[in-house]
Amino acid sequence: MRKLKFHPCGNYKEKYKEELTIFTTDFGRLWLWIGFLLLFVAIPFISSNYTLYVINHIGIAAIAAIGLNLLIGFTGQISLGHGAFFGVGAYAAAILATTLGFPFWLSVICAGIITALVGTVFGLPSIRLKHLYLTIATLAGQFIIQYLLLNWESLTKGADGIFLPRATLFGTDIKGDRAFFYVVFVCFVILTWIAVNLIRTRYGRAFIAIRDNDRAAEGMGIPIFRYKLLSFAISSFYAGFAGGLAAYYIGSITPEPYTLLLSVEFIAMIIIGGLGNIPGSVFGAIFIMLLNELLSHATTFFMNLGTLTGVALQIAPLREFIYGLAIVLFIIFEPRGLAEVWRIIRSSFRLWPFSY
Amino acid sequence: MEFFLQLLVQGLSVGFLYALASLGFVMIFKSSSVLNFAHGDLLAIGAFIFLVFSVWLNLPIWLAFLLTLVGSFALGFIIERLFLRPLIGEALIQVIMLTVGLAAMFKGLMLFIFGGNIFNYPDFLPKNLSIQWGAIQIAPVYMASFIIGIIFLSIFGFFFKYSSQGIYMRSVADNQPAALSLGVHVRRVFALSWAIAALVCAISGIILGIMSGINVHNLSHMGLKVFPVVILGGLESIGGAIIGGLIIGILETFTGGYISTSLKEVVPYIVLVFILLVKPYGLFGLVEIERV
Repeated sequence: MRKLKFHPCGNYKEKYKEELTIFTTDFGRLWLWIGFLLLFVAIPFISSNYTLYVINHIGIAAIAAIGLNLLIGFTGQISLGHGAFFGVGAYAAAILATTLGFPFWLSVICAGIITALVGTVFGLPSIRLKHLYLTIATLAGQFIIQYLLLNWESLTKGADGIFLPRATLFGTDIKGDRAFFYVVFVCFVILTWIAVNLIRTRYGRAFIAIRDNDRAAEGMGIPIFRYKLLSFAISSFYAGFAGGLAAYYIGSITPEPYTLLLSVEFIAMIIIGGLGNIPGSVFGAIFIMLLNELLSHATTFFMNLGTLTGVALQIAPLREFIYGLAIVLFIIFEPRGLAEVWRIIRSSFRLWPFSY
Repeated sequence: MEFFLQLLVQGLSVGFLYALASLGFVMIFKSSSVLNFAHGDLLAIGAFIFLVFSVWLNLPIWLAFLLTLVGSFALGFIIERLFLRPLIGEALIQVIMLTVGLAAMFKGLMLFIFGGNIFNYPDFLPKNLSIQWGAIQIAPVYMASFIIGIIFLSIFGFFFKYSSQGIYMRSVADNQPAALSLGVHVRRVFALSWAIAALVCAISGIILGIMSGINVHNLSHMGLKVFPVVILGGLESIGGAIIGGLIIGILETFTGGYISTSLKEVVPYIVLVFILLVKPYGLFGLVEIERV
């Protein structure tokens, strides 16, 4: 076994390859294995069913948030239609499973691919348009998809929704929160691994070049339109995949949840977590989902107090207010999000007692 | 034929509403090139301030109207000061996201205070404003809003064209560094443009409230309907916003009348995608040629 490497007390990088490494020291890799151990061995057995339910939803949201971060944070194309793409994924999985009888794994992956195609269609305006106009185009996409989900009754069964069959994988039933936990988090780990490595390839570097200066990127010979579409497709694939998982997990779907509010929720996740930062999207997903749970607990708490039922009904809309407040505060005070806060904490530990 | 005329008049009046709603939006975009996603919520805030003054506090209508204008002007200043000033010089994406956040914040706050019910203003418009023209009747509300709209449009037209502040605003919109180097107080211009936009929003919000009742959801949804309108008309053009509003309104009612009522809600957005693909800078917008 080779010697463990520690953080050097300065920048001693000599090769580009060292700049590109994900783990600068072996400690990072060690922590990763400890993290895996905690995630897959400890957490499923010490948490109650309810906690697992929340954690599963965090995992699903984190997959979608990573996809959105690839688009907004790395390619610089703002999308307000991610909630709808999530819905497209959920419906695609449900329809494939019920009408064509696709197995669980195939229908979730196909849901991702179908959503990637839909996302590409709504990315098409980016051939002529830049940020402002593109944002509006995705807003239109959100409303058009919402309309189709509700009104294309021969396919989506309208407001009645669709019930999904029980998910099975390799001949075993995936029932209960614990079994689903493994499915969600294995997918989560694989997709995060793909995203982290995608950023280091020429594709990811082209995305970053487009974000930083599209004219310069074009000048360097990057076919901007193709890469923007690719980014839309990848981001939508993540959304659709997460949507498919969510549909199977919940067991039945209706068009209601996939509104503009969901899109704003995803945007809030990546802004709070940190734009252009993969772990940041996970932090953001955790933050928003926990906030959601906290607020719904507060609502039920006040509801049960009897005299304060009125208060409970009153504070329900405050959820939206708190999202908004969180977005605004993070943009003004910590535009690089929770990931930056985490980096500052880590480096202050590392530099102690000589932190600056 | 009568059905057609009826739809046409209805479409024109709906379109007039949209045109009115998009004025404040164009105003902010012209002076600071910010896409304001909180626009619908500014409309709703204006309408609710007027509701508080006229119904809850029972002030006379003219006083309530005046106080609403002052209040929303101050609100625009405060929004700019608290939220947008720290972002001067930041990337556009941050500013757009900030307005998305502001929209969620304002909507939640208004739902918290006023709830999701529909409120109505007291009936204060004189009855003899209505016009009977054959089978077509135009309600006093529309006449009043038409008159108010014309008055304010001409005031703002003159303001932008002749007053020194208006000229500063146009110069900042045109080229911010150049305006700065010529001694224009850019920060004051931003503050003023948000204040004026909030004021215009309040006026439009009040008129929308008179026409269709005051409801947080309806009014904030109106802020999103603004997008097809301004894209069709061209983001920088007030005249374009009016024509775009009328076209979208007519299109919407005709779809509702002849095809299906559920399609009515999305037709503006389908048109929007189509325009973006074919003529992205709209009918009267500033064409920026950039082959990237």
